[in-house]
Amino acid sequence: MAESITIEVQRYRPEEQSQPSWQTYEVPFQPEWMVLDALNYIKDNLDGTLSYRWSCRMGVCGSCGMMVNGEPVLTCAAYLKGFTPGPIRVEPLTGFPVIRDLIGDMSDFLEKLSRVSPWIMREEEPPLSKGEHLQTPEQLAEYKGYSMCINCMLCYAACPIYELEPGFIGPAAIALAQRYNLDSRDQGAAERMKTLSDAEGIWACTFVGECSTVCPKNVDPAGAIQRYKLAATVDHFKSMVLPWSER
Amino acid sequence: MVRAVNPDYTPHHPKWYRRRIPIFWWIRKRAYVKFIARELTSPFVAYAAALLLMQVWALARGGAAYARFLAWLQLGPVLIWHGALLIILLFHTVTWLNLAPKAIVLHVRGRRIPDAAVVAGHYAAWLAVSTFLVWLLVRGW
Amino acid sequence: MGRVKEPILWALFSGGGMVAALVLPALVFLLWIAAPLGWVTLPSYGELVELVRHPISRLSIFALASLSFYHWAHRFRYTLYDGLQLYHLNELIAVLTYGSATLLTLAAGFLLVAVV
Repeated sequence: MAESITIEVQRYRPEEQSQPSWQTYEVPFQPEWMVLDALNYIKDNLDGTLSYRWSCRMGVCGSCGMMVNGEPVLTCAAYLKGFTPGPIRVEPLTGFPVIRDLIGDMSDFLEKLSRVSPWIMREEEPPLSKGEHLQTPEQLAEYKGYSMCINCMLCYAACPIYELEPGFIGPAAIALAQRYNLDSRDQGAAERMKTLSDAEGIWACTFVGECSTVCPKNVDPAGAIQRYKLAATVDHFKSMVLPWSER
Repeated sequence: MVRAVNPDYTPHHPKWYRRRIPIFWWIRKRAYVKFIARELTSPFVAYAAALLLMQVWALARGGAAYARFLAWLQLGPVLIWHGALLIILLFHTVTWLNLAPKAIVLHVRGRRIPDAAVVAGHYAAWLAVSTFLVWLLVRGW
Repeated sequence: MGRVKEPILWALFSGGGMVAALVLPALVFLLWIAAPLGWVTLPSYGELVELVRHPISRLSIFALASLSFYHWAHRFRYTLYDGLQLYHLNELIAVLTYGSATLLTLAAGFLLVAVV
């Protein structure tokens, strides 16, 4: 008989309950298993009614983010042995309305992401005959870190401000705005600034910094937001000194 | 298996659960406690600035008033309180200088200066300012 | 208060945070710990009055004080706002914090221009 470990899962089945409850499962303890493997074991062998999201199980798709013992993690990258002797508490990501069990509703983020225009904006597109937009390794390095985001939402779950003020655009969306602002091919920074210099944009952030700590891809959204604040402030003072110049 | 039924549930209509945020949400996590401690250094910053102005005011009111101010500074509880103030302000300084490179990104000839160098520069500035104040204010040991 | 631009408030907050970080620990240690304990000797009363009356000193003390007050105002505003979830009191908190900082700044200006 192999060793086992206790997993406490937050259940919420809206047709049966108005408040979530805890359900406890015993799963075999395998040192090479991730928390996601344990959830899959539960789903396959113990309780087929458990609902959660996952896809790639290799830290790329960003769909298996959950709170494990109160910290937002990608469950496909969190070893069971990191939480011995247990029990391990698994909850849906905080800050998002729970649809069912471990599944949160991400529509709010998707709406906000589209607001920051996360694509390369050009005032005018040069003709194809001019060739491609060349970029040096230094220019690539300026934004590459921010482009690693997999939209896993761990940063939103780590951010107390997002939960307190649901209007806040939030860490990943702002980091992705910076990813395009800092791209040498992009010309949309002024347009994005209109959305982000709002009270619900960068100014709602009080630099708790947890978004950067929990990010599995080292995107550093907290840094992106502080850089944005400095840039917005410099912009503002420039436009005060030189009111005739178009920002 | 007997299944409970939620009377508020309408089939095919989502019914989200949103948790209530506890008032003292920031005591639940070490990182949040550190965050709130960092934020709460601000009244002490204001106190130090106000006390400096009080000292200037005491100077302006004449030698006797200034001597009374100095005597107040020498009271035991006041000294203990100012020892605590120093620790709190050092916490402000360290947290502030460590986070500064997050906002300040500098380039020299197209190359980004590493964060560690920006932090080191800030600490050097702190040392320089402190040394200057010692030079300005200390007449003897 | 709603019309004052966030970038200005943030600039005052950051400027104050930076100045306070660089200046205050040494100042607190020298003026209010080391000197009262007799570890160091400060300039005499007369020298200090002369030092404080120098225009650069007046300007520096004014800048240090007012930036520190606005630093407090901005940071404390958000501490109350998010820390205690006082969203319904947003306007009141802003008026009280930035208002106090403004009054204290005016007092500092008056002290350093007219009194000293």
